Amino acid sequence: MKSRLVTFAGLLALALAMPVAAQKKYDAGASDKEIKIGNTNPYSGPASAYGAIGKSIAAYFRMVNERGGINGRRINFVTYDDGYSPPKTVEMVRKLVEQDEVLLVFQPLGTPSNTAIQKYMNGKKVPQLFVATGATKWNDPKHFPWTMGWQPNYQTEARIYAKHILDTKPNAKIAVLYQNDDYGKDYLKGFEDGLGAKKNMIVAKASYEVSEPTVDSQILQLKSSGADVFFNITTPKFAAQAIRAAYDTGWKPTHYLNNVSNSVGSVLKPAGLEKAVGVITSAYLKDPTDKRWANDAAMKTWREFMAKYNPEGDLSDPFNVYGYTVAATLEQVLKQCGDTLTRENVMKQAASLKRFRVDTMLPGISITTSPSDFAPIEAVQLERFNGQQFELFGEVISAEQ
Amino acid sequence: MSRKTVTVTILLLIALACVLPFVLKSYHTFQATLVLVYAIALLGLNILTGYNGQISLGHGAFYAIGAYCAAILMDQAGLPYWATIPIAAAVCLLVGFLFGLPALRLEGLYLALATFALAVSMPPILKSHLLEKWTGGVQGIVIVKPDPPAFLGAAGIKLNADQWLYFFSLAVAIVLFIVGWNLISGRIGRALVAIRDHHTAAEAMGIHTALYKSLAFGVSAMYTGVAGALGAIAVQFVAPDSFNVFLSITFLVGIVVGGLASLPGALYGALFIQFVPNIADELSKAAPWAVFGVFLIGFVYLMPTGVAGAVRTLRRRLGSGKLFPLSKEEALP
Repeated sequence: MKSRLVTFAGLLALALAMPVAAQKKYDAGASDKEIKIGNTNPYSGPASAYGAIGKSIAAYFRMVNERGGINGRRINFVTYDDGYSPPKTVEMVRKLVEQDEVLLVFQPLGTPSNTAIQKYMNGKKVPQLFVATGATKWNDPKHFPWTMGWQPNYQTEARIYAKHILDTKPNAKIAVLYQNDDYGKDYLKGFEDGLGAKKNMIVAKASYEVSEPTVDSQILQLKSSGADVFFNITTPKFAAQAIRAAYDTGWKPTHYLNNVSNSVGSVLKPAGLEKAVGVITSAYLKDPTDKRWANDAAMKTWREFMAKYNPEGDLSDPFNVYGYTVAATLEQVLKQCGDTLTRENVMKQAASLKRFRVDTMLPGISITTSPSDFAPIEAVQLERFNGQQFELFGEVISAEQ
Repeated sequence: MSRKTVTVTILLLIALACVLPFVLKSYHTFQATLVLVYAIALLGLNILTGYNGQISLGHGAFYAIGAYCAAILMDQAGLPYWATIPIAAAVCLLVGFLFGLPALRLEGLYLALATFALAVSMPPILKSHLLEKWTGGVQGIVIVKPDPPAFLGAAGIKLNADQWLYFFSLAVAIVLFIVGWNLISGRIGRALVAIRDHHTAAEAMGIHTALYKSLAFGVSAMYTGVAGALGAIAVQFVAPDSFNVFLSITFLVGIVVGGLASLPGALYGALFIQFVPNIADELSKAAPWAVFGVFLIGFVYLMPTGVAGAVRTLRRRLGSGKLFPLSKEEALP
């Protein structure tokens, strides 16, 4: 009798233990020991400055592995150079999925490159997670449930400027200059959506082609509209021209500049620092050159990380903060996956981040996603140029609906 | 080597090419398709540069035109993929011929510069507002990968999309290589080479140099355009960023490494430009192009007449029964 009881108890224990063991579920690229993650980055070619992102992500996972990995599994980060050429991205991503058999493709960089692989990734049902581009189209879970962005997208950012204008200058007359392509139109749409019923505050719009030598005539045209607010949707070279031209013609609008061109070194300096005083733009990460973070604990940790794992990396390059922060976001997603390392669960966990924060993001900014919200960072803080550097001001503004 | 052995070798190669997609993973099949595509493009450039002596730094532009032809026709007109190939060929033949007419006045480096301008201006033209309705602007065009035709399935042959596209490209490549070989080994080919070697003498012999040079340009552009169309279908995407100046330079690197004025050279060059950048990336993430440069210098130094030239020399040495060393008299052709 007793032995029967023992047998019964043993069977019961086994039965209880069974589902625990069965809960470990893996897709290609995951095992008890390892999680394989794929990536493409332009380490060569015209956009190779972005290569810093791939290198800092690789460094981040070296650190994670030294700490013992994620839930006991080490990260195998496989990254290939695509030279910012979409056909090469297709080739490399196919290699990652079909030959290296990665669990997911993380942070492929560039709008054209990601467009080229989006159909393939969704057809293969492999996560195309936290892509490194600001286009709004990555937030489309209905049609592309395997693709997700990460950084604030262009429309989100533009809606935030619109919100700020409505709050501070409700009677403004607005002039908009935009680059005539999908990037410029993406911003313009977000801006108009943000103004909503008060869309008629925009009194003048002018566009330019990237092939045009200057935007001087557009600035004159916008100035003559009598606008007192200027939204400047331009890439670095044209941003510098627009800032200079607006100042030189004596036009003194409240000047909003898109995040794409918020570099002091490559935009404001060529324009003339004194001409850029008062320009408003936005940020969501801590700027490694900003003195206010000199003694910040998070940035200290980041600098230690850089010294130990990415010693060749440039300490003033914001891309190194970007890579660190986005890698930390993926670490969180994989932690949440637990022992269910399937592609489906990766997307599910990526879509259920709740107020997740990496402390290299500006205070007050966090990531929230849901099955219908594939736009992780949706808040920014505005900053104004004081002639030396950008100064953050006001509260964090969120476009989260 | 006798004509018979050449034929046997070629047939063996084709047989090998037919077996490849059944032993390779589909990703490798895709890479093999790209090699065929590049081989066609390099053959085109070789007709112009290798045989006719006109240097082009702008063949990436013709490749782009071919690619966009296929993409636009499939995306907007709903044409089947195979029908876009002859149209892309015709368009590129015409564009190449027309570009060749004014380019006639330019010799050597000046022609290189003019074609370079063509390559540089291609991405902005593709992005331009005026053409955006068709080209999709910066966004480019995403196209659907063709499925194997139904009759194959009915015949009991099961191929996936990658394998089918490989065979389709292989068929196109074989046809174009045969056409190229006929062109080169006949009267036209001799005329092209005569113009390259001595322009005035060729003219004195009664060769209509202007016509032949423009024709070489047109045919060369046609080959490259067909390659572009096939490449677009294989990659399923075209965008202006895919066709920058670097592509044109890559083609030139390909024919020099593969072997100027050599048909098999196009294939060797295609293998080089497809795989060596990947190897370089594996060796160094920090400076992949520096590694590529080392490879390039190595190739040019060790095989000054290209891979095709090295293979020729090797074959001659094997034929004479002694590998090393050849006496001076023997080494000289």
